[in-house]
Amino acid sequence: MPIAVELRNLSFAYDSGTPVVSGVDLCVAPGEFIAVAGPNGGGKTTLMRLVLGLERPTHGEALLWGEPATHFSRRATLGYLAQRSQLGVDAPVTVREVVAAGRLVRSGLFGPLGARHALAVEEAIARVGLETEADRPLTQLSGGQQQRAFIAKALAAEPLLLVLDEPTTGVDAEAQEALAQLLDRLHRELQVTILYVSHEFGAVEHFVERLVLVRGGIIFDGAPGDLPAVWHDPAHVHV
Amino acid sequence: MFELEFMRLAFATGAIVGVLAPAVGFFLVQRRMSLIGDGIGHVAFAGVAVGYLLGISPVATALAASLAGAIAIEWLRSRRRTAGDQALALVFYTGIAAGVVLISAAGALNVDLFAFLFGSILTVTRDDLILVAALGGLGLATIMLLYRALAAVALDEEGARVAGVPIGALNIVVAALAALTISLSMRIVGILLIAALMVLPVIAATRLAWSMRSTLLLGMAIGLASVLGGLTISYYADIPPGGTVVLLAAASFVVTSTLQTVRLR
Repeated sequence: MPIAVELRNLSFAYDSGTPVVSGVDLCVAPGEFIAVAGPNGGGKTTLMRLVLGLERPTHGEALLWGEPATHFSRRATLGYLAQRSQLGVDAPVTVREVVAAGRLVRSGLFGPLGARHALAVEEAIARVGLETEADRPLTQLSGGQQQRAFIAKALAAEPLLLVLDEPTTGVDAEAQEALAQLLDRLHRELQVTILYVSHEFGAVEHFVERLVLVRGGIIFDGAPGDLPAVWHDPAHVHV
Repeated sequence: MFELEFMRLAFATGAIVGVLAPAVGFFLVQRRMSLIGDGIGHVAFAGVAVGYLLGISPVATALAASLAGAIAIEWLRSRRRTAGDQALALVFYTGIAAGVVLISAAGALNVDLFAFLFGSILTVTRDDLILVAALGGLGLATIMLLYRALAAVALDEEGARVAGVPIGALNIVVAALAALTISLSMRIVGILLIAALMVLPVIAATRLAWSMRSTLLLGMAIGLASVLGGLTISYYADIPPGGTVVLLAAASFVVTSTLQTVRLR
């Protein structure tokens, strides 16, 4: 089976020329659940944008299932939850509307949502346990519930790869734990490859198979249990 | 007042414009590009000037100029990484400057021009109504057909881009719809005020709506009521329709905000 995500000697710099990440090598097998952690400004989000083909590498390659990420032919299989502050519109938006937006890549651009796709939307809502909130505007839900709605949006597209960027921002500890359990369940039920990107990884530490620490490059890649104790505190990733 | 043909024409045209403008404005407001209508309106002014200069239909030349301006704003914003407000400023000021120079060259600084700038219920012709009905119907049909796609992009442009949704093409569709709406509406509301009819009803609707879809439909209803009410007041008070329509749309915001406050208590 081809590798899901492969980064080969990857480097990237914005217009200023200062490298954000350099010399990154990473292989992710299909179905892995990985936490990508590191300090703010360490290059995590940039690395994920390279993985998703939103940025072009300055050097090296970013491959998805063996294809260059920028020209990946099966983009409908990619689910991306950007940082929460980048989502949302001014109008009140219901959970069902958010999730239905995720189904667009499967249903096609034109006309109303067909019965088969409407059913897929309902299934995605049920998977994250928001059936009773489906018609409520997002603004009336808690931070944790909002994140579950966005996860359902990604699930509605039946993704093979799910990238979540700082999904626990503004979410309390209890909801963070619930979110981690939800992702663990989805990972086991759907065998979806998950990259969980966050400046801290405590919530998912017991669920992920692998932890990747990023600070301008990859400074640790292994099982969470193998991580030197001092690095469990994100502040110490600055070493 | 309906015994007068110009009022029947103005109401029929106004009804289409009243529904179309907020329907298009809905997507601009959601993408936080509420002012794009103003920018395109100023380019439409240059188009009207070209029409006068060449002695051809100002509506047709305004439509062509608006489309070019709308696509230029979108192109500057997306391809050249120019900030949205800077792209808007470039097109906005170029349009108004070109309009002033061209209209002066055409010797058309007169009452007709004021009808385009501020709207006039006297200037709508039967041909205008046919054009507005045909192109307005096309615009509304496009929105119905692409509603889910346009809403998905408004909701999460980055996520849609990752998933392979053709963002560029859909953004051009929205820009073209805005250009079309402005060109069709300038007879009734005027170039300087049409952007307000696209945006204010939607902002007012947001206060009372319970979903994205209800925001769109409520915005269209408020737009329609504002135009029909504004034309009626304009006729009896003998004042320009553009300002009256927009003041009613602004008043609707006060009403819905008040209702929202009452509902939340």
